[in-house]
Amino acid sequence: MRTVSNEIESIKDPGPAPHVLRAADVNPRSEKRAEQQVAILFALSGVGSLLLIYSYVFIANDVFIFIPVMGNQHAQQLGLGIGMAMSLFFLGMAAIHWAKTLMSETEVVNHRHEFRSSDEDREDFIKTVKEGVAGVQLGRRKLIKRSMAASIGLFALPPVLLLRDLGPLPKKQLETTNWKSGTRLVTDPGDRPILASDLEVGSVVQVLPAIAESGEKGEHPERLLSDIAKDPVLLIRLRPEDFNLTPEKLAMTHEGIIAFSKICSHMGCAVALYEQTTKHLLCPCHQSTFDVTRGAKVIFGPAARPLPQLDITIDAEGYLIARAPFSESVGPSYWERNSQ
Amino acid sequence: MTTAEKRVGAIANFVDERTGAAGWVKKSLNKVFPDHWSFMLGEVCMYSFIILLLSGTFLTLWFDPSQREVIYDGVYEPLQGLKMSAAYASTLDISFEIRGGLLMRQIHHWSANIFMAAIVAHLLRVFFTGAFRKPREFNWILGIILVTLGLVEGLFGYSLPDDLLSGTGLRITSAIIQAIPLVGTYITFFLFGGAFPGVGFIPRIFTLHVLLIPGIFLAVITIHVMLVWYQKHTQFAGPGKTEKNVVGHPILPVYMAKAGGFFFIVFGVTAFLSAVASINPIWLYGPYTPGQISAGSQPDWYMGWLDGLVRMAPPWETHAFGHTVSWNILIPALIVPGILFTGMALYPFIESWITGDKREHHLLDRPRNVPNRTALGVMSITFVMISLINGGNDILATAFDLSINQIMWFSRISIFVLPPLAFVITKRLCLSLQRADRELVLHGKETGRLVRMPSGEFVEVHEPISEQKRFILTSHEQPTPLVLEDIDSRGVRRAGTLKNKLRVRLSKAHAVAIPKVTAQELKEIEHH
Repeated sequence: MRTVSNEIESIKDPGPAPHVLRAADVNPRSEKRAEQQVAILFALSGVGSLLLIYSYVFIANDVFIFIPVMGNQHAQQLGLGIGMAMSLFFLGMAAIHWAKTLMSETEVVNHRHEFRSSDEDREDFIKTVKEGVAGVQLGRRKLIKRSMAASIGLFALPPVLLLRDLGPLPKKQLETTNWKSGTRLVTDPGDRPILASDLEVGSVVQVLPAIAESGEKGEHPERLLSDIAKDPVLLIRLRPEDFNLTPEKLAMTHEGIIAFSKICSHMGCAVALYEQTTKHLLCPCHQSTFDVTRGAKVIFGPAARPLPQLDITIDAEGYLIARAPFSESVGPSYWERNSQ
Repeated sequence: MTTAEKRVGAIANFVDERTGAAGWVKKSLNKVFPDHWSFMLGEVCMYSFIILLLSGTFLTLWFDPSQREVIYDGVYEPLQGLKMSAAYASTLDISFEIRGGLLMRQIHHWSANIFMAAIVAHLLRVFFTGAFRKPREFNWILGIILVTLGLVEGLFGYSLPDDLLSGTGLRITSAIIQAIPLVGTYITFFLFGGAFPGVGFIPRIFTLHVLLIPGIFLAVITIHVMLVWYQKHTQFAGPGKTEKNVVGHPILPVYMAKAGGFFFIVFGVTAFLSAVASINPIWLYGPYTPGQISAGSQPDWYMGWLDGLVRMAPPWETHAFGHTVSWNILIPALIVPGILFTGMALYPFIESWITGDKREHHLLDRPRNVPNRTALGVMSITFVMISLINGGNDILATAFDLSINQIMWFSRISIFVLPPLAFVITKRLCLSLQRADRELVLHGKETGRLVRMPSGEFVEVHEPISEQKRFILTSHEQPTPLVLEDIDSRGVRRAGTLKNKLRVRLSKAHAVAIPKVTAQELKEIEHH
C-alpha cells in the first residue's frame, strides 16, 4: 500500500566524525586545572550549606536587610534560600563539570531489536491462553457464567453506594436563601439595619439578611459560609429617573434603591465592581457586565441571565426590608433550575 | 584486592545469591543514552516531581487541612483577630513562624509551576520530533495522563491554603461541576459535603493531593521511565546513527554523573527562585469568604487558558422543560478541553492511519521535514496562547490601558481565525526551510566573501558543508501519498469510500515536501 521514496539513491552515511580529544585528555596541566575547578565547585556548595545553617540558627525572625533592586528583604528567609540554592546548585555543577572534563567520554553503540515476539512465542502464547480458558469451561457452565456476571454487576454497586454519605442531597438548598418577606437588610460587615435615607444617590452597600435573635439562650446565631455564598445583596441608589425597568421590576425598588443578588449568575463569584459613571456591575472572574439601570441585564461577557432582583420596601420603623424572597435561584445555573 | 573492594564484593555477592541481579544490572549499566539538550526536558519534569514530594512532605508536618473556623492570633498583625479556616491559619503559621517554612512553600509552588512548564515543553518536544510514533504510543498516552493529572493536582494544591484567591477558584470549580446535566448538583453536594463552600472539600482534596494523586503519579511516572529504559531512547539522525542502533554515553559513569548533577541544578535554581521571588503571598489575599473577591483574580498559568476559554464563551444557556443547560460553562470548561485532550491522546494513531506507516521509528524527525504535523502543533499552541491571553484580559487591560471588551472580542474572533492561519504559515515556513536545506547541501554555505570575476561579474563564494552535515540534512525519508483504490480486485466498490477519500486527501497533504538532494544530484553538481 505504501511506497517509500527512498528507492532513489540517498547520500551515503559517512560515519561519525573523528573523536576529538579534550584538553584534559592530552594536557596534564589542563587535567590538573579541571580537577581544581571541580574541587572549588564542591567547596562553594559547602559554603552554601554553612550559610543555610548560619541563617537558621543565628538570624532572628524579625531582621530585615536592604538589598538594592529587591528592596527590604527578610534576612532569614533570604539567607536560608540563597544558602540552600548554593549548596544544591554547586553540587550539581561540580558533578557535571567532572563528567564533562575528566570522565571517559567515548560514545558507545547499542543495538536495537524489534519488539515483536517471535512467531513461535506468539503461537505458544495463544496456545497457553486457549488451554487456560478452555480449562475454565465457561462455554459449558452456563449457570456459573450467568450467576458470575450478575454477582460482578452487583459487586460494582456497593463502592458507589458507600460514597453516598459524602454529603446531603441538594433538596431545595439551591433554590432558597435566607431572605423571607419582612427580613431586614443589614450591613455587611456591621449587621446594622439601614434607613432609606442612609443611602445617598450613587452609593453602593453590601447587605445580608438580618439573623433572627431567636437563638437558644439568647445567643446570637452565627452565619454559615454557605449562607454567605448565596445571601449577599448589593444595594444601589440611583435617581429614580435613571431606571429603565418594566413596571413590575420598578415596583420592586424603593425610592431609587435597587437590590440585586451579589452572586454572579454565571459561576457564582461575588459581583463586586460597580462603576458609577456607567452604572454597570462587573464580575471580576469572567467580566460579565450587568446594567443596573436595566435590571442588571447582561450587556457583556459569558453570563446568560441577569442578576436576580430582590423586592424591597421599608417597615414601620423606616428600615429597609425584603418584601418577598427571591423569585428565582441565585448563583450559577444547574440542571434542575427552572429558568423559564 | 583492597579491603573496600572486598567489602563491596561481599555485599554484591549476598544480594546476587538471593536475587540473581548481577546479570540484569550489568545489562542496565551498559544501556546507552543519546545526548541532546531537548532530552533534558523530561528530566526536569522528573526532578521537579521529586522536589515536590520532598517540599510537600515538609509542609504536611505543620499544615492543618481543616475548614474548622479559628480566630487568628499569630504574628502577622494585619490579620490578627480575624475569623478564618484552620487551613488558612496554619498556612500563615508555616509562612511566618516556622523557620524555612515560607522558603519551602515557595519551593513547592515554584516547582509546581516548573513541573507543569517542563511537562508542556517535553510534550511539545516529543510531538514535534515524532517521538510518539510506534513503538512509543503507550508512553505518549501515559504522558497525556500525566499532564491531565498535573492540572488537577496543581488546582488542588493551590486551593488548599483556603485564601480569598483560591476560594474563588473553588467557587468556579464547583460551578463547572454543578453545570453537568443530570448529576452535577448531586456531585457538587457530595464533593463539598453540602452547599458551597461546604465543610468537607479542603480535607478531601488534601487527601487526594498528598496521597491518591501522587500515588498515581508515582506509578505512571515509573512505567513511563521504565518504558523509555526498555524501549531505549530515540535519537536524532546523524552519521553512524540508524533505526537499528542507539549511540550515546553509557549509564556509568558519564550519564549518571550528568543526570544526577542536573537534579541538583534544577533543585538549586528552584531554591534560588524561591529565595528571591515571592509566589502566592496568601497573607495579602486574606481568608476566603464567598461574599468577597479581589479584582484581577487569576488562576495559575496552566489553568489560565481554561479560564480564558470560559471568559470568551458566548452567553448561551438552554432553558427547556424546567431544566437548564449552561453551554457557556459546558463548552469551554469541559467539552473543548475534552476534545483537545482526547485528540492529543489519539494523535499517534491518527497520524499512522493517515500515512499508512506501521513501522517502528527510533530516529527523530526534524520538525521542518514533517510540515503537516509541525503546523498542527503550532496551530494548537496558537489556540492555547489566545485562550491564555484572554485568561489574563483584566490584567492586560489595566497594564496596557486597553478595554477589556476589545480584548475579549479580539480573542473571540482570533480563536477561530488565527489557529488556521498559524497552520498555513507554519507549513509554508517548513517548506522554505526544506528549500534552504536543499540549497545548503547543493551549493554549500554562504561565506560573505565576494569575488569579482574576470568578466566583471561579482559572485559570492560558497563553501561546501561537511559530509556529516550533508548526511544529516538528507537522511530523512520523504513519504509519498497513499494510493487507495475505490474499486477492489473483484470490481466491487470498497466500503467506506468517503473515509478512504478523506484518508487519501490527508495523506496527500501530509506528503507535501521539497524533494531532498539525492546522491545523483550531488554528483552532477560536483562535476561542474
